[in-house]
Amino acid sequence: MKDLRTASEISTYILLAVLLLVILPLGLDAYRLNIVSKYLALAFVAIGIVLTWGYGGILSLGQGIFFGIGGYLMAMFLKLEASAPELPDFMVWSSVEALPAWWVPYHSFAFTIVSILILPAVLSFIFSYAIFRKRVSGVYFAIVTLSLALTLATILTGAQGQTGGFNGITDFNTLMGIDIISDESKFVLYVIQVLMLFAVGALVSLMIRSRFGKVLIAIRDREDRVRFSGYDTAMFKAFAFMVAAVLSSIGGALYTLQVGLIAPSVVGVMSSVEMVIYAAVGGRLSVPGAIVGSLLVGFARSYLSEYFPESWLFFLGGLFIVVVMVIPNGLSDLVDRLLARIAALWPAARKAERSMAQ
Amino acid sequence: MIRITRRHLMQSTAAGAAAVMMPSVLRAQPKGVDGNSVRLGILHSLTGTFAIAEASMVDAEKLAIDEINAAGGVMGHKIVPYIEDGASEAPVFAEKAKVLLRRDNVAAIIGCYSSALRKAVLPAVNQAKGLLYYPTYYEGQEIDKRCLYTSQEVTQSVIAAVTWMAKEKGKKFFLIGSNYIYPVTCNKIAKPTIAKLGGTVVGEEYVPLGHTEFSSIINKIKAANPDCIYSTVVGGSNVAFFKQLRAAGLDGSKITLLSTVVSENEIEGIGRDNAVGYYACMGYFQSIDSPINKKFVKAIKDKYGANRVVGDPMQCGYNSVYLWKNAVEKAKSFAPDDVLKASAGLEIEAPEGTVRFDKENHHVWKKVRVGRALEDGQFEIVHETADLVQPDPFPKL
Repeated sequence: MKDLRTASEISTYILLAVLLLVILPLGLDAYRLNIVSKYLALAFVAIGIVLTWGYGGILSLGQGIFFGIGGYLMAMFLKLEASAPELPDFMVWSSVEALPAWWVPYHSFAFTIVSILILPAVLSFIFSYAIFRKRVSGVYFAIVTLSLALTLATILTGAQGQTGGFNGITDFNTLMGIDIISDESKFVLYVIQVLMLFAVGALVSLMIRSRFGKVLIAIRDREDRVRFSGYDTAMFKAFAFMVAAVLSSIGGALYTLQVGLIAPSVVGVMSSVEMVIYAAVGGRLSVPGAIVGSLLVGFARSYLSEYFPESWLFFLGGLFIVVVMVIPNGLSDLVDRLLARIAALWPAARKAERSMAQ
Repeated sequence: MIRITRRHLMQSTAAGAAAVMMPSVLRAQPKGVDGNSVRLGILHSLTGTFAIAEASMVDAEKLAIDEINAAGGVMGHKIVPYIEDGASEAPVFAEKAKVLLRRDNVAAIIGCYSSALRKAVLPAVNQAKGLLYYPTYYEGQEIDKRCLYTSQEVTQSVIAAVTWMAKEKGKKFFLIGSNYIYPVTCNKIAKPTIAKLGGTVVGEEYVPLGHTEFSSIINKIKAANPDCIYSTVVGGSNVAFFKQLRAAGLDGSKITLLSTVVSENEIEGIGRDNAVGYYACMGYFQSIDSPINKKFVKAIKDKYGANRVVGDPMQCGYNSVYLWKNAVEKAKSFAPDDVLKASAGLEIEAPEGTVRFDKENHHVWKKVRVGRALEDGQFEIVHETADLVQPDPFPKL
């Protein structure tokens, strides 16, 4: 069963690579491919959710926070470049006279990249370690993260002069002088994004199979036993949460680059919950499943809303309900079970299984 | 499928060659025109927060399209509307704008409601060299070279409203708004205007979007005792705001409250009883007494039911279709660049009266009116500017 899962995971990766690097670039028009990159940016978050929720049992309804950190930091850099040497336009409208001090370092691209990686890591680790030390978990942790997502969206909307408020940060066309609006550069970005996604996915798949992953699963299933065995379970959980946060932040930064805007509505409660749904649809125990889930839900959103502009939300809602009721562990679980059944029909495999059992 | 594949390969592998070849391919067939029909994009929220306002704008735009088609179309071409749902979310608007411009290849898009949505759509419009008609009142501060603004910008609402209040109702002002760019910018412009008129601002408060608890602000209003309240509170918050004002004894007979965001459509949501006696400043009111407006209101009611009301954004959406049609006919071309050029100085007779594009700044000259809400949800027009008001998206203060 274990090997079967690894095999199915590897084959999913291969199929995904063929799909994302060959079929979609050849078969889709450039603007469609750009829409796919939007879903792929969310797939980074979904992979993090597989790690924390699927393997660590930590349900966070606030991944939008870290998505937002990455997205906003990237947008700040791009906006400063777009409006240089003037102040960003929304600051002028809000009567902000000078660039706020915390914006100043984001003139530097290197600093921006480092803070996209480090800031969410530090914040998420300190926050979650403190909480896990208090042995707060399960629903209570979900509620805390949910309220944080709400808080962040409210702060972003409220601090209009510094964050662009409800409108968010928009209207930037270049990254270090390179045009990022044209189809060619969007395509290059897309390829980079897909490669990063596979790298990140492989990393998390390996983490899950490592000793760290085994401890994490043990914590998920029976935390007190692991704690009695001498493990600092809070540390393990906080580390997993930190990895997920960094992944979300990377996703957010790529999202800003691809979509060309970031706004509080993208980082708030609704989108945070949606991110969990991506992982749930794909299967919360499968890393490539998370990518598949993000792609599927994204496609469903786009296509349903194009063909049924007035009733698509009902279809989408219905889809989520069906997935949760019929395949609670997501599509990857369905595939695994099917594969297991097919394998069981194979006489040789059955014999091997029997001999293993003996 | 094959065509797309080829096009994409051209773009990604032979970008230089493609750049030379593509425009000539496009020029062979005018944007959005097939045979004797022309595609017009409509991009509004049919779901989500803004659906309540934008769905009725789509209705008005569809009415204009039907009327034009019944009368023979635009230069002999029937308009085929391509309607997309932006779901009240900026990223979705950006995505759908690309779909309209690049898959459907529409001649122009009419759409967007809040500035966030417009700002999300404009990069795609500029990249595809398209054209956007933006039919909602907004805070100004923008002249995009591919956007035409068919509603009031800030001087045509805020300055007109504040000037009227200072002249007619008193010079002590209290400013209240929802916390986002439109109210903040409106008040930024209202304050120096009030000072210039010799008035004072005794309070300025912002509430989060969707806020429903106004008691502390109402206490501040009572303590400051202003003559006029200028409100830019938007959406559902107005239900709570108006109700609580009334409960605190500050109804329309005790205090002057004027909003630049409450039209007939919003009153249906807020509740007619709650809004009675308060003022609004708009370009259009359903109660305008002119044959062309009566015909327009009747057409809406015939098509969508006798209970429908018509507010300013609906009428601006309706006008946008006609402004586009007339510009196309003046330019004798569907190409966005020609339409843009022909739009400078273009004038039409709309339900609100004469509407004329400025020669330079992409906004419209129009009359500004102040109305007082009645029991039946309609406005009694108490003030109307004598002439068309010049649009000035970057007013000097």
